[in-house]
Amino acid sequence: MTEPLLQTRDLSMHFGGVRAVRHVDFSLAEGELRCLIGPNGAGKSTFFKMLTGQLQPTHGHILFRGQEISYAHAHEIARLGIGIKTQVPSVFDGLSVRENIWLAANRIHSRAQTKRVVDEMLERVGLTEAAERLVGQLAHGQRQWVELGLVLATDPQLILLDEPAAGMTHEEVHKTAELVREINRTKALIVVEHDMQFIRMIAKQVTVFNQGSVLVEDTVESIMRNPQVRDIYLGKQAAA
Amino acid sequence: MNGRALNLLGLGLVAVIGIAFLVLIPRLFELDVVLELTVYMIMAILALSLALIWGYGGILCFGQSAFFGLGAYTYAIAVFNIGESTIPLLLAIVLPAAFAALLGYFMFYGRISDVYLGVITLTVTLILFNSVNSTAGPEFRIGSARLGGFNGIPGIPPLNFPGNKASPIDLEGMFYLATISLLATYFGLRLLLASRFGRIIVGIRENERRAELLGYDPRAYKLATFTIGGALAGFAGCLFANWGNFVSPTIFGLAQSAQIIIWVIVGGRGTLIGPIVGCIGIQWLTTALGANQPSGGPDWWAKIFANAPLILGIILIAFVLLVPKGLVPTLGDLGQWLLSSRGKRAKTRLEPKRAEEG
Repeated sequence: MTEPLLQTRDLSMHFGGVRAVRHVDFSLAEGELRCLIGPNGAGKSTFFKMLTGQLQPTHGHILFRGQEISYAHAHEIARLGIGIKTQVPSVFDGLSVRENIWLAANRIHSRAQTKRVVDEMLERVGLTEAAERLVGQLAHGQRQWVELGLVLATDPQLILLDEPAAGMTHEEVHKTAELVREINRTKALIVVEHDMQFIRMIAKQVTVFNQGSVLVEDTVESIMRNPQVRDIYLGKQAAA
Repeated sequence: MNGRALNLLGLGLVAVIGIAFLVLIPRLFELDVVLELTVYMIMAILALSLALIWGYGGILCFGQSAFFGLGAYTYAIAVFNIGESTIPLLLAIVLPAAFAALLGYFMFYGRISDVYLGVITLTVTLILFNSVNSTAGPEFRIGSARLGGFNGIPGIPPLNFPGNKASPIDLEGMFYLATISLLATYFGLRLLLASRFGRIIVGIRENERRAELLGYDPRAYKLATFTIGGALAGFAGCLFANWGNFVSPTIFGLAQSAQIIIWVIVGGRGTLIGPIVGCIGIQWLTTALGANQPSGGPDWWAKIFANAPLILGIILIAFVLLVPKGLVPTLGDLGQWLLSSRGKRAKTRLEPKRAEEG
């Protein structure tokens, strides 16, 4: 078996007495698309923050292509090729959409290339019209797209998406699902999402978090049928 | 009109006004006015140093006067020892920059939060004030330069033309030097802010975490910005020591460091022209109020207007409460609003603020 793209070993994060993430062993293959689900407070966002260096794990290891990144700085991890779209869009609100994408593309491209990449990315996320507007003045759904554009413009090998469909209209959710599948043709992704419709659209393999640990890991169909998962998370709505 | 054209128009306007000012003032006014305007130009460079690190870098430095004072003292001490002024001038830039780099290294790499950054920088300048203030005795000397404590260092030799000690720069020459330096600083900073580096530091100001997640190291960028600001303030300090041929510890004091912040607040953060306008306007006002001494009669109004700190305090409070963005950005908004209401295009109000604006 080839080496996994991302691997965590016995990864734990404690905040005082609260154990937000407990002994997580997680593995993601090159080019894989994985969905993470779990109720609020299951530790999904904390898990993402550790993967991107925003939090230092209490103990355990994170390996990216075999390289230890558990205690690396956020910018070092970003440079290795992990990009994240955070739950609340983290963008440059006071700057134009174009400047936002430029800041991302500029990190890996030369001056001349950057301009071309920015135009392409604006087209790809459908924001060419809004390119000169301030990101802070856009609707929530559009700001999500700006952030997605930012992340893609740094051309990461692994992309983490924290609730990419939140606050989007039905149509936008479809568009996002399409984009996620398109991204997955060349890159690995981990997607945290609550919207089961959305997960059905994109997922093959699903990991369920509960109370800081991995409860179960299986195909999307089996997860949907799993009574344990239903109890903790999906509730009667999905069962019906 | 699009943002780029407006930008070029603004730059052209500043250049024209600057050159007209440079050429006309010495021809139209007496030497005392020229001398007064020289110190405004010098202080405006100091204002620009904070405009860069606070307005664009998002680093609230309460102790910009520390670098200003270090520049002044470094020049004074070095020129007494060396004689020829070229190396002292360079030292007055390099030493404050190095000090800013050292201080910045511990603050940024130590992950000191914004509020404490303000406290630390303020403390540093007050420590310098107290230290230099207590060096009055004859035993405090560096080479042939006596530090003089609270008495300061009088009779500082002026700058000379590089390499030629026999030809010092006269008072009018100082006006030209200060004005050209201010213009060079302004256009230099505009270039810096339009560069990759400038756009990245504005990004870091807007959202440090996002910049980090894109792969930029905010600590390094902040340190570089802080160091450039320190160098500029040091340079202004050197010119200031030349202007009065005198430097005293009040240069490190609370009043001086607070004043720099007031210039930037009144003029407008996030622009370069704003702090220049704020600096010159407030200094002019201070001088005008100071000159207007009450004649001894029971005229209350005259007494109130002669109280410069009171008037300045009122202005500061009025600005913070009523014009929080500062003079220049507010005027800019107003102009854009007028344009858009005349053209009946409400959407132009949403035109983005470019990083290199101002």
